[in-house]
Amino acid sequence: MSEDHRSVRPPRRTSHEGESSLEESRRFAPETSRRDFLGLAAAWAAVAAVAAAAIGSLRLPMPSVFPESNSQVKLGPPGGFKPDSATYLPELSAWVFRDEQGLYAISSVCTHLGCIAGREPDGRFKCPCHGSIFEADGKVVGGPAPKGLNWLAMSLSPDGQLVVDKVRTVKSGTRFTA
Amino acid sequence: MAGTKASCQCNGKQQGTRSAGGSAMRAYLTNLMRTPRSFRESVIRHGAPTSDRARSQAVSHNFFLHIMSARVHRHSLKFIATAGLGVITLVLFLLLAVTGILLMVYYKPAVDQAYDSMKDISAVVPTGRFMRNIHRWAAHGMVACVILHMARVFYTSAYKKMREFNWVVGMVLFVLTLLSFTGYLLPWDQLAFWAITVGANIAQSPQEVTDALGITAQFDPGGMTKEILLGAHFVGQEALTRFYVLHCIVLPLVLTLVLGLHMWRVRKDGGLARPDEPISERPPGCDVDGSVKTWGLMGLMKGRTPAVGKELANTVPAYPNALYALAALAMLTTAVMLTLGYFFDAPLAEIANPAVPENPAKAPWYFLGLQELVGYSAFMGGVGIPSLAIIGLALIPYLDREEEDVGLWFGGSQGRRVALGSLVFTTVLTVGMLVLTVRAGWLREWMPDIPQLVITFINPGTVLVFAFAVWSLGTVLRTNSTRLGAIALFTCFLTSFVILTYFATVHRGPNWEFYWWPSLWPAAH
Ligand code: HEM
Ligand code: FES
Repeated sequence: MSEDHRSVRPPRRTSHEGESSLEESRRFAPETSRRDFLGLAAAWAAVAAVAAAAIGSLRLPMPSVFPESNSQVKLGPPGGFKPDSATYLPELSAWVFRDEQGLYAISSVCTHLGCIAGREPDGRFKCPCHGSIFEADGKVVGGPAPKGLNWLAMSLSPDGQLVVDKVRTVKSGTRFTA
Repeated sequence: MAGTKASCQCNGKQQGTRSAGGSAMRAYLTNLMRTPRSFRESVIRHGAPTSDRARSQAVSHNFFLHIMSARVHRHSLKFIATAGLGVITLVLFLLLAVTGILLMVYYKPAVDQAYDSMKDISAVVPTGRFMRNIHRWAAHGMVACVILHMARVFYTSAYKKMREFNWVVGMVLFVLTLLSFTGYLLPWDQLAFWAITVGANIAQSPQEVTDALGITAQFDPGGMTKEILLGAHFVGQEALTRFYVLHCIVLPLVLTLVLGLHMWRVRKDGGLARPDEPISERPPGCDVDGSVKTWGLMGLMKGRTPAVGKELANTVPAYPNALYALAALAMLTTAVMLTLGYFFDAPLAEIANPAVPENPAKAPWYFLGLQELVGYSAFMGGVGIPSLAIIGLALIPYLDREEEDVGLWFGGSQGRRVALGSLVFTTVLTVGMLVLTVRAGWLREWMPDIPQLVITFINPGTVLVFAFAVWSLGTVLRTNSTRLGAIALFTCFLTSFVILTYFATVHRGPNWEFYWWPSLWPAAH
């Protein structure tokens, strides 16, 4: 116990020591023979087969068709959005704006971990989950979000309605002019 | 039929010859009367054991008892050796299995029925609320006990030579236990929906790095993980089905299997770790250095000191000593869970609403420390640092191979000092970092245009981890001992885990803002 009062310990016994007995036993091991080679080949073939089967089974849970694959939402005629307006669309979790340059949609799904950022009276977005803050155009200015809010792709349907895609994004600043 | 046969053999007669009419009938009646007893004797082949030898046999001949070795070392039975934590964890797992199966009887894993079925379980199913409460409490308890059990194994050096692999097996159990998080989605309430949304996006967060490097289109491990987990891009029916399968079938099954391996290894590694015995207690002429032999089932186990007499001298029969200890722990654990379940209800928030996030959306307590780190960087806090921690923990027995002090808490007063020093260091550093980030923010608040990659790799979480690594390497150098370095590192991580968990539980409110107390949260929420 007196040893405990020194701050530096002497070299300690570790479990690598005493492995000379293993070395000893190796001396008597026979050389690799053809039989060993065949045995190893068979063993590795079995391993490879199991691995391939496992990977094959894991393919199943990776969906190739997504339940929300129709991610486009029709919003009625573009004229319905008045100049200088901001409209919240709960089914999209997105805002649709119109300014003098045209229409655009900003998703309020936070780019951090997917909560819904709320729009403040001053036009900025604030996320309730970890406090990310975004400018009115979606640029991130505070908190942990790694990038700005997404701008969503817009188009016109054959029947003249405005269509927003809740998954496809466009470069921020892109306006849609109908 | 079997009875007739037996009686025939007793009488030494051939089966076909039934000369003396009625004797078989008599045997039949006697057998019928004796059936309860013969049945019992066919199950347990002996009476209550009266000698030590018989007690050993009682254990090793019984399927359920033979998870114990026939004889147990006195030290292993002391409370101080294990605090009973492994056993308590095991009992909690059994309670979870029983209550979980009962809940499955009424629970419906469909998005439009799940929440209602939870309401039914709480309100109309006989004992439903009670069972649900027990299930919830045992789940929290199991996570807590698994962490404490790991700490006990660590601080008593029970991961050293021979037990390295069982430590790794334990790490697997640790991760499997944490994945009980999958059950969090099943009630389909607001908490469930948003906790899993956040969790799935954490799985996706490697995109934080691939986006910054501009390679997400070609290489997207984050997005792939999320798609496999949710079967979609949003939490919906596919996710509920998957989490249900994971939670009710895959994880319990795998956990049971790995648990079997864990218990088996505890026995095959020579029972629980315990201190070397003083030389004086060793019988004369025993070989002290390093021969590894296995003794018969009754005398058991490998070890440095093979002396049979010694092992027997310091062991007692598992039956009844260890059996009573197990039974007492099981009853105590069950009693505590029943009490908690009776008095405290598991929460159920409003039904899931994908349009409005819960504010604040908090994960279960054991993930709140990570959630605090996620508030700095999703990738580092949710993927990077946890992976580092788990790999680091799993490597401990391979990096620290000193053999002294096995079975002793902290390995003596120097270890205790190192642990205490690391505790103080970590507390000061972690609290300091929290105060700094709450009052002054972090890089983005200071330099709004800073690249994301810089924040990902330099944030309060990574700074802490870096400081811990430097601190423990310094301890290795200063004390010339890898064991003391390991104690420093483990203590750093454990302490900061506790502090961060406390901080995020109590001091984080709506918008993840700092509050002194939850009662000060604005009323709107
Ligand atoms: C599902 C979770 C777990 C259960 C049910 C469990 C159960 C047990 C039990 C019953 C024991 C016997 C001794 C005791 O009661 O302490 C034990 C020993 C042990 N456990 Fe675990 N365990 C779990 C997780 C872990 C974890 C997370 C680790 C570490 C990473 C671990 C590492 C060990 C080691 C190394 C031993 C041998 C200890 C010694 O020889 O003293 N286990 N475990
Ligand atoms: S999800 Fe928005 S800040 Fe975390």
